[in-house]
Order: sequence, then C-alpha cells, then structure tokens
Amino acid sequence: MELLLSITIGILYASGIYMIMSRSFVKLIFGIILLGNGVNLLIFLLGRIAKGKPPIIPETAAVITDVFSDPVPQALILTAIVISFGLQSFAIILVKRMHKDFGTDDIEQLNTTDHTE
Amino acid sequence: MNNNIIILPVITQLIIIGALLFFWRKTEIQKWVSALGSGLVVAESIYLLHLVWNKGALVLHAGNWRAPFGISFVIDTFSATLLLLASISALAVSIYAGASVYRPRLKFGFFTIYHFLIMGIQGAFLTGDAFNLYVWFELMIISSFVLLSLGAEKKQLEATVKYFTLNFLASIIFLTGLGILYGLTGTLNIADISQRMKEVQSEGLKEICAIFFLVGFGCKAGLFPLYFWLPASYHTPPSAVSAIFGGLLTKVGVYAIIRMFSVVFADISLMHSIFLVLGSITIVAGAIGAISQKNIMRVFGYLIICHIGYMIGGVGLFNKVALTGGVFFMIHDIVIKTNLFMLAGLVYKIKGSYEYKYLGNLYANFPRISLVAALIFFSLTGVPPLSGFWPKVPLLQSAFSLQEIMYAVCLIAGSIITLIVIARMWSEVFWKKNENVYKEEGRFIYFKDLNWLKKADYLVPIVFLLTVSLFIGFGANYVFQLSDRIAEELMNPEIYYISKVLQ
Repeated sequence: MELLLSITIGILYASGIYMIMSRSFVKLIFGIILLGNGVNLLIFLLGRIAKGKPPIIPETAAVITDVFSDPVPQALILTAIVISFGLQSFAIILVKRMHKDFGTDDIEQLNTTDHTE
Repeated sequence: MNNNIIILPVITQLIIIGALLFFWRKTEIQKWVSALGSGLVVAESIYLLHLVWNKGALVLHAGNWRAPFGISFVIDTFSATLLLLASISALAVSIYAGASVYRPRLKFGFFTIYHFLIMGIQGAFLTGDAFNLYVWFELMIISSFVLLSLGAEKKQLEATVKYFTLNFLASIIFLTGLGILYGLTGTLNIADISQRMKEVQSEGLKEICAIFFLVGFGCKAGLFPLYFWLPASYHTPPSAVSAIFGGLLTKVGVYAIIRMFSVVFADISLMHSIFLVLGSITIVAGAIGAISQKNIMRVFGYLIICHIGYMIGGVGLFNKVALTGGVFFMIHDIVIKTNLFMLAGLVYKIKGSYEYKYLGNLYANFPRISLVAALIFFSLTGVPPLSGFWPKVPLLQSAFSLQEIMYAVCLIAGSIITLIVIARMWSEVFWKKNENVYKEEGRFIYFKDLNWLKKADYLVPIVFLLTVSLFIGFGANYVFQLSDRIAEELMNPEIYYISKVLQ
C-alpha cells in the first residue's frame, strides 16, 4: 500500500510540474490541481497508514496500546482540500475572464506588465 | 486562562468585518468603521507589546488543550512588535484607501477583503502551530488575490495570473514541507517540533525538509530566484493595495523564515550559508532591477526585493548582533515601504501618471509635499540620523567580524545603488521641468481640484507614517533595546519560547 501510494504521489507531482511548465493557462491550472492532490496524498502517507484501526480508546483501557490510524493528517487534508478548492475555483474564474478580455490562454502573450517603457 | 487577550486583535478584525457587512455599499460609513476599528487594533497591539515586554512570552492554548495537542497562540516580543507595526501600517492604509480607491471598488467590498487580509497577517504573526500558520497564510493570499484583481482592469488580471500561480505553487511547496515535517516528528506545534527534531537521526531528511520551507517562504518573501512575480504584479493595483502588499506581505514571509529557522531548523548550518548567498544576490538583483526602471511603482517594487536581501542576510549570519540588525531593518522597512507606495499614489493623483516621462515640476508646484517626500527618501536611503541608517551598522559589524566580506560588499553596494535610484527619482519626479503632461482619461480628478478633506485623507496617513519613521530614526535607542531583546529571544528559543509553550 505504501509503495503504491508513493508511486502515485510521484506521478502526481511529476505530471503536475510538467503541466505547470506548459504555456496554456488551462493546463497550468490542471497542473496545480494535480500537485494539490499529490500533497494531500503525501500528508496522508506520512501520517502512517493503519488499515481498520480507528483511534478509539476501549472502555476497559486508559490508553491505546495497539497500532492506530492517526486522525490528525486526515483533519489536515480536509482543511487543505477546502482551501485548494477555493483557490481552484478562483483560478477557473480567472481563466474565464482572461479568455474574455485577452482572447487567449497563452501565457507567453501576457507580458505587458513586465515591459519597461 | 486569562491569556485570551492575545488573539484580541484578530477577533477585533473579525468584528470589523462583521460590522462592514452590515453597511454593504454604504462606503462613507465603511470608511469610518474601517479607520476607527484599525485605530482600536493599534491600541490593543500597543497594550499587548507592553504586556509582553513586562511579562515575557504569553501563550494561549485554544480550547484549553495542552500544548502539543491543541493549537497554541504564542506572542513573544518579536510577534508583538510586528503585530504593532502591521496595525500601524494597516491604520494608515485604511485611511488612505478611503480617499484613493475608486468608489465602485469600495462598493464591491474592498474594506471587507482588506480586513480579512490584515486578519491573516496578524494571525500568522500570532500562531504557534505550523499548520495553523499555513491556514493564516492561505487566508492572507486569498484576500490578496481578490484585492489585486478587484476592478478587473486588463493589467490587473494579467498581474493576478502571475501572482496567483507562483503564490499558490509556493503554498503547495510549503504544505509538502509541512507533510514531511509531520512525518518526521508527528507533531505540529512549532515548539514541540523543535524538541522532537533533536531525536530525528537522518540529517538528509531534515535538510530536505528545510529546503522545502525555504522555497515556500522564500517565494512569498521575494528571495532571489523566486521573486519574479513581485515586480510583475505590485505596480498594477491601486496604490493603497500596493502599499499594504509592499509593506507587509513579503515581511510575513520573512517573519516565517526567521521563526522556523530560529526555532525548528536552527542547527542546520547548511541553511545559514544558503541564506547568506541568497540574501547577497537578492540585494544586487533588486538594486539592478530598480536602477533599470522608469516608473515609480516598479522602482519601489524592485527596492522591496533589494531590501528583503538585507534581512535574509541577517538571518544567514545568525548571531545576536546580526539578528538585531535584521529585526531593526524589518521594523524600519515595514513602515517605510508602506509609505513609499502611498507617496507614489499621491504623485499619481497629482500628475495622473507613474511614468518618469510624464512627471516633473513637483518641487516647484508642491514644495511642502516635496519636503515630506524628501524626508521619506532620506529615511529609506539611510542618511545618518534617520531610520535606514541604524540597522546597517550591526549588520555590517557582524558581517566583518564573521569575515563574510561578500555579504558586506553587497550590503554597501545595495545601499549605494538605492541612493542612486532615489537621487535619480528625485531629479526626474521633483526637480525636472516637464511640459509633457499626461491626460488621464475619464472622470479622473486631479489632486489640486480636491476639497481640503480629501486632501487631508491623502496627506495625513503619509505624514503619520513619516512621524513613525522619524521616531524610529531619532528614538533609535529604544528600537535598539527592542531589537536587541528580540535577537536575544531568537537566539535562545529554549528559554524564551519553547519552555513557555510546553510548560
């Protein structure tokens, strides 16, 4: 499971960064979404995976002695998903406005703010 | 638990936001709510600094969950000082924005978003939890995206694309570092992470983790290879927005770097040499960028980058003297950069343009405003009794005593180039005789046609921040005491930070 997840994360990061390098703004946003998902899985993996072991203390015991799955990374991922969802929707609106105003999604053509007159 | 007062400034921002929502589209009332609320936050920040100065760091455990388990809010002298400076800048810009931002933008919730931004900044200064820091950072950048694109002019949208992409990427890299850090230590509380890091055997993993944090924060701070979004975007929004971005946003990145690398990654010596090299290159790159520009806002954008290098170099030297200088420079820089962009906005209001080719005659037509501008410029370049001069003394002293000649040379070169840039700006904008006047189209009202109340709204914040700058310069004695104590606390986090949080 860990190996599979590691490979998935690697693929998500690699494809995300590849997409970010492209000239199209739409592809760039897809790259960012892929990277965001890669990060979420990374946090999930690094919080150690334990299958079917909820972090609930039995009535008879004072502490958990068995292996248990850590709830903190899941809370973190939840927060990160919500935040990146908000940012992604902002980005998509931005693409729409950009297409309306500039008639292109080619980032190479967006160079007027870098020019010195 | 009566330490609840720590988060009072953040809560006050939330209350202001709530109040503003009741007056949606009534911009006159919103201006007053925003300005009075910001004034209240300044008072609270002064009280908090006073409290921390007398009692040492204060800790609030949210929900009364003890330190490594719940989220802690920590205020030590460093965060209290920055909180106060952020509140002062926010107050000035709040008054300034009421006059200088166009009404339609104010109607679409400018002030609401503005206070969300300030709330994010203050939360980032106060939190003692690494993931919570990420959340405050996100609050801050989401608000800054909206402020940057509000109004949706073509150049603004273009700037937003660049700003958005690189800042979002930086957040993802920061979050990756955070994930690795959690994997290594199993905790998120900054003080607790620092304790657990000592048990981590693998030096390689620690270094990789530190590099992720360096890239994430460095991108937000505007460090050398990561700063390209800054000059491409900071000149496009209204000058009030640029002022708060230029004064505070990059400094939050610097704050996060100083906090993480003094508490968590303090013993990784590789990072210090990286900081020193990057800081030096940042100074030179920013200075060269500034000298090549012919637009006031762009020049100031590059000067931000140039002066970030000073602080990062101070972190790289990492001894008490250098940190004193770095922190003093940060105190000086927040006030002066906010003021510079407001001044740029005032020049725009007078002449209708930011370009050198359309500017001139200011000294002949507005001698008193020019005097204010001259004092701001003198503070920026560091003419001896004023605020820019003092922090360079400990920075240089420590660079020479540690034999870091390259950084010392870059620091001096940066100061000289800043002087040249500002001298050129003075002659181009204030002294030059120029008949080439730019006609701003539409219903643009020039400064001379405003009534006295509107004029005061432009001038009062600038003079107010100038007074603060002059105090930092002439009262350098007090500011040195403050920075000295901050540096002492940063060098010994076990005594002043970690033990307080984990007690």
